[in-house]
Amino acid sequence: MDILSWDGTLSSGDFRLAACAFMQKWKSVMSAFPPWSWVPCPKQPWGASASHDVEGYLSLENIILSCYAQEEHDEISCPQKEETSCSEKEELIDIATLVQSNCSKVPYYDLHIIYSASYRVPVLFFRAYYSDGEPLGFNAIEKDLPAHSAKALLDSKWTFITQEEHPYLNRPWFKLHPCGTSEWMKLLFHVDVSVAKNGVTIELYLLSWLSVVGQVVGLRIPLEMLNQP
Amino acid sequence: MMEARKYVWEGAIPLQIHLHESEVTTLPPPLPALILAPRIGYLPLLVPHIKPHFSSTLPPGIDTVWFDYKGLPLKWYIPTGILFDLLCAEPERPWNLTVHFRGYPGNILIPCEGEDSVKWSFINSLKEAAYIINGNCKSVMNMSQPDQVELWRSVINAGNLEAYIRVSSKLKLGTVGDEYAADLYSSSLNSRQSIGDTDSTGQVKTGKCFTLLDAVKSLLPEYFPYKSLNNEESSREEDKDEEKVPSENLSEHVESCYSSDDAEVKLVRIQGIEPKLEIPFSWVVNNLVNPEHFLHLCVCLKLPQVKIPSDT
Repeated sequence: MDILSWDGTLSSGDFRLAACAFMQKWKSVMSAFPPWSWVPCPKQPWGASASHDVEGYLSLENIILSCYAQEEHDEISCPQKEETSCSEKEELIDIATLVQSNCSKVPYYDLHIIYSASYRVPVLFFRAYYSDGEPLGFNAIEKDLPAHSAKALLDSKWTFITQEEHPYLNRPWFKLHPCGTSEWMKLLFHVDVSVAKNGVTIELYLLSWLSVVGQVVGLRIPLEMLNQP
Repeated sequence: MMEARKYVWEGAIPLQIHLHESEVTTLPPPLPALILAPRIGYLPLLVPHIKPHFSSTLPPGIDTVWFDYKGLPLKWYIPTGILFDLLCAEPERPWNLTVHFRGYPGNILIPCEGEDSVKWSFINSLKEAAYIINGNCKSVMNMSQPDQVELWRSVINAGNLEAYIRVSSKLKLGTVGDEYAADLYSSSLNSRQSIGDTDSTGQVKTGKCFTLLDAVKSLLPEYFPYKSLNNEESSREEDKDEEKVPSENLSEHVESCYSSDDAEVKLVRIQGIEPKLEIPFSWVVNNLVNPEHFLHLCVCLKLPQVKIPSDT
């Protein structure tokens, strides 16, 4: 892909490829977090046609973000589930119980990355809830975000949060509006010299994209890790 | 051309609106409100006309208005005419809806704070259409404040097509011509992503007009295996697809979940009309498009394999 002529968007076929590469990269770069999974969505619920590629989206659910994940509880990424990969380590379970009893107001996030055919970019859908299942409204989410980065992003003309119907689950979710994405993705790839040298690759797209939008929900991806092969 | 568009623009649906029984605090209960709802309008915009009818009987509290049809909460950001075409395969006149002023189902419906929410949703859809057509939202985002106000007013006062055309023509979203359409469709169909990118589905034959049938086939190829659409009557037509087609580009939404092999397109309804499928698609787009510059196709599917118990 020629970086100078690239418009910052990708096709849905590319998105599928990018998603696979992204899931791999995430495991190595963000090993403290649980892995993303791909949720396939047949176009018609009655499976009218087998010949088309099945659409789908990336999902990461029940995670703790922002300050709660960054302080002493760094090893904890999914404390509330019994069937977690951490469960074989007893120290972690003890700490997890501690976290839960001390921080009963810890918000959990579900993140979905869904392709928008209209804007030809990925879109971040998310929702948050407390451990008792009570959902967080927008004001509560805003209070929860790391102040500096979230504020800058939310004030930007390029990123703002709306509440819309999840395209597959038909329920209200929060979404980061996609209309500025192609513009700043183009800039991101132009400005980052190491990426510019290697050209735009599908493999890097989603991780780079998430390193920007993830900040709005307090997800921090160390950008230097993007340069690892 | 203007006549057809004006006729469509002024189309309306007679509604009979019942207050939900849980919110009736007086005897005798109020009669339902009768109101003519513009097809291109939205249900929340009718609330100022409906509320006076029921305000004396409502329980105390803050209004959070929502509507349902036979228990199904209605998505307020979908134009009224499309809700009707989708949900009433056999058109009901008047259309009986239930209004609620309390107990908003926030886990199902996105919040609506009256006219502002509807306007925001409308402008958002217009931006999306602009993005698809022009690759950016600039023309919509750069609209002057007076233009924005006039555009919105022309939509909610559904008689004013001239004002709408005056403002919307500045947005450079274009009308569709036939020859131009042929090239556009073949290139936009190739970029349609949910089918394999190199699939040659929907190659347009040169020298022939691109019809409504061609458009429907390209959107729903799975329902046109080796036969063409026919007019068989069907005893079971429960399924509906809704598709939004901004000029020159295609996307679609599915709205029901029965299972079957061999589903077929039974009819296509646009603005309450079932156009002949041989009509040039450009005419359909130019005359039946909604103000937010999307063309909504309501498709009724025939599912012969499903045994559905009949309503008694």
